[in-house]
Amino acid sequence: MQTLNQALFIFFAVLAVASAILMVTRRNIVHGAVFLITTLLSTAGIFLLLQAEFLFIVQVILYVGGIMVLFVFVIMLVNLDVSMRQVQFNRQWFVAGALALVLAGQFLFAIWVGRGALRLPAMASEISPKNTEAVADALFSHYMLPFEIASILLLVAMIGAVVMAKRRAG
Amino acid sequence: MIPVDDYLFLSLALFTIGVIGVLTRRNVIIMLMSIELILNAVNINLMVFSRMWGTVDGQVFAIFIITDAAAEAAVGLGIILAFFHNRETVLADEMDIMKW
Repeated sequence: MQTLNQALFIFFAVLAVASAILMVTRRNIVHGAVFLITTLLSTAGIFLLLQAEFLFIVQVILYVGGIMVLFVFVIMLVNLDVSMRQVQFNRQWFVAGALALVLAGQFLFAIWVGRGALRLPAMASEISPKNTEAVADALFSHYMLPFEIASILLLVAMIGAVVMAKRRAG
Repeated sequence: MIPVDDYLFLSLALFTIGVIGVLTRRNVIIMLMSIELILNAVNINLMVFSRMWGTVDGQVFAIFIITDAAAEAAVGLGIILAFFHNRETVLADEMDIMKW
């Protein structure tokens, strides 16, 4: 059981990181979108390993089935041929990459200093098997106000997207 | 058992790749997709700490983050469409005027 968990974790982690790297470096945006979908699906697998079944299915249905379809739809609407022939990285790419690596080094140092201090509890018998029920309980009792605010945020985003994407006359 | 550190390292790797994508690519759509990648890395962190403490609070916050990502994608792609209708390009360098 442990080795199976470990093997699954390594599989999903390698898949996620490899396709994320491919996503950032590909010239064709459609390929990038497909690689991002692979990353999101492997992350969903990680969620399943962490016994977050509800978030697993939300990730698959909402992220992969909703947001990424929106992305692919917009990619189809904008003209790919022109942008594919242009330079893909901006002129500051070296400085930007170095700064990102410095940032990563800081985080790496912080995690490295505290490594081994945090451990997951052994196979969770203490966690309720009814994950969806537990999430819904928390969402509709303790987190009611943030939930309503999130719904207003979605309404605002919907109106904003319609206004932005509307083709202006003339 | 897999220690928490492994999940944190995975999350850090995805986060760094996302930051590099946002900072170095010229294509606005790739930049938006890199932001999705960053949010995803945050979700992994929330999930592993939720598992560690045995509560679902982290998962509830991850739901809020996914909601936020959906809103951001909708508005961002709307802006990209409007921009493309006006300038016929999706490169960030070309976004240099406020009014046309």
